[in-house]
Amino acid sequence: MSPKTLYDKIWDAHVAHEAEDGTSLLYIDRHLVHEVTSPQAFEGLRMAGRKVRAPEKTIAVPDHNVPTTAGRENPEQMTEDSRIQVAALDTNAKEFGIHYYPVSDIRQGIVHIVGPEQGWTLPGMTVVCGDSHTATHGAFGALAHGIGTSEVEHVLATQTLIQKKSKNMKVEITGKLNPGVTAKDITLAVIGATGTAGGTGYVIEYCGEAIRDLSMEGRMTVCNMAIEGGARAGLIAPDETTFEYVKGRPHAPKGAQWEAAMDWWKTLYTDEGAHFDKVITLKGEEIEPVVTWGTSPEDVLPISANVPAPEDFKGGKVDAARRALDYMGLTPGQKLTDIEIDTVFIGSCTNGRIEDLRAAAAILKGKKIKDGMRAMVVPGSGLVRAQAEEEGLADIFKEAGFEWRLAGCSMCLAMNPDQLSEGERCASTSNRNFEGRQGYKGRTHLVSPAMAAAAAVTGHLTDVREMM
Amino acid sequence: MEKFTKLTGIAAPMPLVNIDTDMIIPKVFLKTIKRSGLGVNLFDEMRYDRQGNEIPDFVLNKPQYRETKILIAGDNFGCGSSREHAPWAIADFGIRCVISTSFADIFYNNCFKNGILPIVLPQEDVDKLMDDAERGANAVVTVDLENQTIQGPDGGTINFDVDPFKKHCLLNGLDDIGLTMEKAASIDAFEAEASQARPWV
Ligand code: SF4
Repeated sequence: MSPKTLYDKIWDAHVAHEAEDGTSLLYIDRHLVHEVTSPQAFEGLRMAGRKVRAPEKTIAVPDHNVPTTAGRENPEQMTEDSRIQVAALDTNAKEFGIHYYPVSDIRQGIVHIVGPEQGWTLPGMTVVCGDSHTATHGAFGALAHGIGTSEVEHVLATQTLIQKKSKNMKVEITGKLNPGVTAKDITLAVIGATGTAGGTGYVIEYCGEAIRDLSMEGRMTVCNMAIEGGARAGLIAPDETTFEYVKGRPHAPKGAQWEAAMDWWKTLYTDEGAHFDKVITLKGEEIEPVVTWGTSPEDVLPISANVPAPEDFKGGKVDAARRALDYMGLTPGQKLTDIEIDTVFIGSCTNGRIEDLRAAAAILKGKKIKDGMRAMVVPGSGLVRAQAEEEGLADIFKEAGFEWRLAGCSMCLAMNPDQLSEGERCASTSNRNFEGRQGYKGRTHLVSPAMAAAAAVTGHLTDVREMM
Repeated sequence: MEKFTKLTGIAAPMPLVNIDTDMIIPKVFLKTIKRSGLGVNLFDEMRYDRQGNEIPDFVLNKPQYRETKILIAGDNFGCGSSREHAPWAIADFGIRCVISTSFADIFYNNCFKNGILPIVLPQEDVDKLMDDAERGANAVVTVDLENQTIQGPDGGTINFDVDPFKKHCLLNGLDDIGLTMEKAASIDAFEAEASQARPWV
């Protein structure tokens, strides 16, 4: 048999039907649903008199548009639109009989944090969700795509997705990371190297020593942003770290089923000599803590660098850079560490897990945030929040001057009232620095949790290595 | 779904690269639980000021582009979110075809589900169409899906590629779910086999 990549193996195990031209029906093992991209899909089912084909494989949780302030179980606390969307999800979950974690449930949180936490996401699965950051689940060696609402409806009705196979890309990070360099810096550095369209048409497999050394939390951070590099999905082969994380989770297999699952999971790696259509290699030692300066995740520079000039770029990017500098209110040549910050946001499906909160708290311990700084932590799930409270992290954040919020997407996309105001500048652990992403005319610099904490203390973008 | 066969209309130039889904439809408009009515908010933050007044410089606000049916855009159009609100807003405005050198994957797929034809062309063809589009109402473009051609205002013809299955669905306005349900037997068989092989799923 010819050698296969990890992607080939998962793909082959899920093709329910293949047409002559390669258009396939890919069977979906897990379908995650949230309140913003699903109402129209359920409405479509209802209008056509269709059912959810596999409700036991479908999990719903509200996250994008829920308040993250205390007392939110009370619908009075919600804005009108968020109340309507959450109520629609409530109704749809009940009517169609799917698993559901309402805001009142401690297990509620960002859909991409809840799935792995509850053991819904397992190696070798196909996972979809009406959200582009579904790529996160690839950290388990699961093939995970973001889909649009029509596809959400398609999966609800048929438990399959119409797909053509993507190309294989290998992204290898060799060697060890230096202190202060994290999974977030890896994933941003990769996008900086490939551009936001570099992965278009590919599924990326991340490998190499620096990836192997990451925890599951770190691996999820890396795969989460595969989509920002344009890839359909990111994958990391499962190993002992993966199995250790999965074992004992509420929906993970148990007993004999666990053994059977392990037998298969252990075969999920790229065979020696398998073909990749594109290979990118970065040296772990050469990655520095990075920040974004512009309005695209590819606008990445090491924290030690200066703001670039439009002339540093080529083609259509020259105008885009000019527009970005203007939007961000930056001057070419300015040191990145001289950029002053008004707001710090720690959270999101990129960096809202326990390890992220630990990394930020380690910098903040015994310190206070800069006078006038607005800083908030929004844990990725109710369980992450509870664990952080138990470990004393919540106290560190609160004593430093951070707001300690309830779980949700919050200022990652600023659909709820957690928004930047015009011109406000934020160091954010989220994944998108698009114009207006965190609020109309708000300015976003993407960073790791430790870098975000450092900026909260000093009041400007800061090289975290100086605070360690 | 509305069929797409042949489209003749005004093309608007948007040469900016990396036009993301937040630009196409800012998230404040994701609060709807319907698919319709998003056209007025297409490109909202570029199109209106904070008071809701039109920004006259923005291309779709210019008199000659108000009836735009085709968008000629810079690289990597539609990057970012999976929100289908982006193609809903585009279609609701009346744009049925977007032409660029590259598209983000999810957006590209979402277009086909909503009767929009996204066309990928080499840089020089996009440059040519961008020039044509600069001429506004004097530059009507015809996109013929059946023959996979684009007819510019000067009579030149550009050929384009499209996946045959996607083309078939768009030409006939076919609903994916209905098509897939015809293959229910394959799905049933797969499911039975998979539940033996991987019972823990
Ligand atoms: S945290 Fe941000 S990126 Fe993640 S699912 Fe929520 S809105 Fe999307």
